[in-house]
Amino acid sequence: MRRALGIGLWVAAVAAGLAVYVFLPRLMSDFHSRDLAHAGVLFIAIVGLNMLTGYTGQISLGHGALMAIGGYTTAALVVHEHWRDVWTIPLAGIAGGVVGLLIGIPALRLSGLYLALATFAFAVAMPSLLRKFSGLTGGTQGLRFLESAPFQVTGLKGTVTVFGHSMTQNHFLYYLTWGIGIVGFAVAWLIVRGGFGRAFRALRDSEVAAVSAGVAPAANKTLAFALSGVYAGVAGSLLAIQTEIVNPLSFTVVLSVLIVVGAVVGGLGSLPGLVLGALFVEYLPTLAGHFSTRAGVPDFVYGAAIILVVILLPGGAGGLLRRAARPLTSWLYTRP
Amino acid sequence: MLLAFDWSQLAQQTVIGLSSGGTWALLALAIVLIYRSTGVVNFAQGEMAMLSTFVAWSLIHHGLSYWAAFFVTVAISFGGGVGLERAVIRPVERAPVLTVVIVTIGLVFVMDGIARWGWSSETRSLPNAFSARPIEIAGVAFSIQDLGNIAVSLGIVALLWLLFRFTKLGLALRASAVNPQESRLLGIRVSWMLALGWGLAAAMGAISGMLTAPALASFDQNLMQPVLLYALAGAVLGGLESPLGAVVGSLLLGVFINLIGTYVDWIGTDLRLPVALAVILGVLLVRPTGLFGGTPVRRV
Amino acid sequence: MSEPLLELEDVEARYGPVKALHGVSLSVAEGEIVAVLGANGAGKTTTLRAVSGTVGRSGKIAFAGRSISRRSPESVTRLGIAHVPEGRGTLSALSVRDNLRLGAYVRRDRKAVREDEQRVLAYFPWLDDRRDQQAGTLSGGEQQMLALARALMLRPRLVLLDEPSLGLAPMVVAEMFRIVGELNEREGLTVLVVEQNATLALGASARAYVLEVGRVALSGTSAELRRDESVRRSYLGY
Repeated sequence: MRRALGIGLWVAAVAAGLAVYVFLPRLMSDFHSRDLAHAGVLFIAIVGLNMLTGYTGQISLGHGALMAIGGYTTAALVVHEHWRDVWTIPLAGIAGGVVGLLIGIPALRLSGLYLALATFAFAVAMPSLLRKFSGLTGGTQGLRFLESAPFQVTGLKGTVTVFGHSMTQNHFLYYLTWGIGIVGFAVAWLIVRGGFGRAFRALRDSEVAAVSAGVAPAANKTLAFALSGVYAGVAGSLLAIQTEIVNPLSFTVVLSVLIVVGAVVGGLGSLPGLVLGALFVEYLPTLAGHFSTRAGVPDFVYGAAIILVVILLPGGAGGLLRRAARPLTSWLYTRP
Repeated sequence: MLLAFDWSQLAQQTVIGLSSGGTWALLALAIVLIYRSTGVVNFAQGEMAMLSTFVAWSLIHHGLSYWAAFFVTVAISFGGGVGLERAVIRPVERAPVLTVVIVTIGLVFVMDGIARWGWSSETRSLPNAFSARPIEIAGVAFSIQDLGNIAVSLGIVALLWLLFRFTKLGLALRASAVNPQESRLLGIRVSWMLALGWGLAAAMGAISGMLTAPALASFDQNLMQPVLLYALAGAVLGGLESPLGAVVGSLLLGVFINLIGTYVDWIGTDLRLPVALAVILGVLLVRPTGLFGGTPVRRV
Repeated sequence: MSEPLLELEDVEARYGPVKALHGVSLSVAEGEIVAVLGANGAGKTTTLRAVSGTVGRSGKIAFAGRSISRRSPESVTRLGIAHVPEGRGTLSALSVRDNLRLGAYVRRDRKAVREDEQRVLAYFPWLDDRRDQQAGTLSGGEQQMLALARALMLRPRLVLLDEPSLGLAPMVVAEMFRIVGELNEREGLTVLVVEQNATLALGASARAYVLEVGRVALSGTSAELRRDESVRRSYLGY
């Protein structure tokens, strides 16, 4: 009886979440949809990073660079090969996954802080690399969709028609991004619950123990890197589609940092809080700006908020949610 | 062929390289100090140094002489570092590495915010510690400022070395860094040792900033961002666990980057930073513990 | 009878949510060697940790009449209690000499410290030769001796010895207990030693406690316990 109730509550929660997804744009302005779409991009990258850092314990400060791979793949396909923007998303994901895999292999030799430093250096170097290969990337100017390939942009005329419904471009971007986000979240959830998730977690908690239990560390760790790369690639692609432009400054080390902050604030090693993590990273600068627009204050508030959240909520939003739900979950799942 | 080679240019560029390397070495030492004691790379070390430099500028602006401002700034920075550790690092002393990394990242924003709030973003300049006159040694012209920088950097390093090797406090600092639990049992207040480490690191960062700024025509809040990267490269090259490595690595890096920038045309001045980044990546891939690090030990 | 140097009454200790001590009471008089015996997991090490403050504990813990149940490890050391932890606690990256010096870290009487250094090295003369050697490169037995020497540098009123025989060859262990015995006789050193090796511990101590699942199951003089049936069967093997 309790089990049925538990499943029922769970289904209700999922249904509520989907309802929010579908109806939210009705409640807010077009402009806000755009911001939410951007938050969705961060969300996807955060979910991917969480699988890497939260589950296998490998710290990456370079996922912004992986997003760049995805974003530039999309841009190159749109501008140079005249693909329709949305169809480039899967390829961007694959590109991100491949580069993630390539990074994951040497990453096996590095642990903890050393890996963080290496990925940090990679992230800092990315803009310079992008500038260097200007034939493909358009150098410092980057690639602009509207200039070079306007017809490949979905919603060029301001409205988009999907399954018969007509909506503004911003709404479309919101639905597209968060739709992919929900799918990605569900996939991640399945992975994490399954054998891979157990292997990942075992590696995070004690690699030596995991190996002696038969977990293949190299394969699993590089797989996690590749997976998180796919997510980052897709996120980068969606960013490019939203902004209709990519240039080296779209993907600085700050972006990598924001993804990590979002994952930690959202709760590493758990999935539910990650939406909050993405919203935190997206909206905090704006909120901070409300305090005062005087130079420096938004930065200060942002930094202080990050520090406070991390100190007060070590498990992030996910940890908080779990603690808040514990009375309910323990009642549901213990024998009377 | 040998006679045609411009030895004096090599000597000059080497000295210039040592001078920048020396300022990087101080920041690198700060990073290593904190890494050894707290187990974390303080990504905010550069911004803390930048803030100290602005404090120095204000002190000079209000009438203090350069050296008076120098020492006052060092003292204030030391206190600031201690305070920062107590306030913000202590609560996460036992937390996993990533948590502390995020805290230092938060500090980057906080320091930046304070610097931009307290001072406008217009550029300003710090007077030279040493005169800008050139001096001739063995017929080659060197800048007194460069030689002075090298002297100050090496002097600070020597002072630190004396502290760590020969004083009871230095001994306690070393013990706390490597064996905090056992050190507690010996009566060492390990928590305060950590704070002391942060204070020293902040002081060294301040000196690094105060040596970096005068070398530029003008500076703003972005002053220390490249220096942080060079310092990280120097520390990684020398070995994050090794203070000696941080110094040697930074000096070597300074000379290397300067020489390569002088003699290899397509690198010039734009690609100096990517070279440093390549060094970081290269070292981490080939020998993560750096020149002076031992083989990494895996704790079961 | 004068007040015991160390007194524990109904002490509980926990590691997070897990309770390791369920009310331990014992006492150590000045100049005594007292042993704490028990199987793995009985709570022996935890008892020492409760005294030195390195585990969360509650209950009465008094040292020379003063309560120390709320003190941090640093301040417990300052009272003259030297805790030689399980695994020796060697500061492996530092030299032997640095390890010894740090043993006297809390002391301010520099001259007396130097005298003590001489005295301690007299008990462990071979340490003098290895003064500059990195402590981590010493053998297990040597590190254990170093740990003891380091504890002595505090001029402690009480030494807490945690599993000194762990991982050591019998000859080395015998030597160690001989030195402990000598220190106890000559200088009145008070020792609370936790040992899995019951035979050894009962041979070296005057009194002993046997712990089982976080409680004192048995106590008495070591001579009594050596003759006790259950002790013989469970811990002495005959």
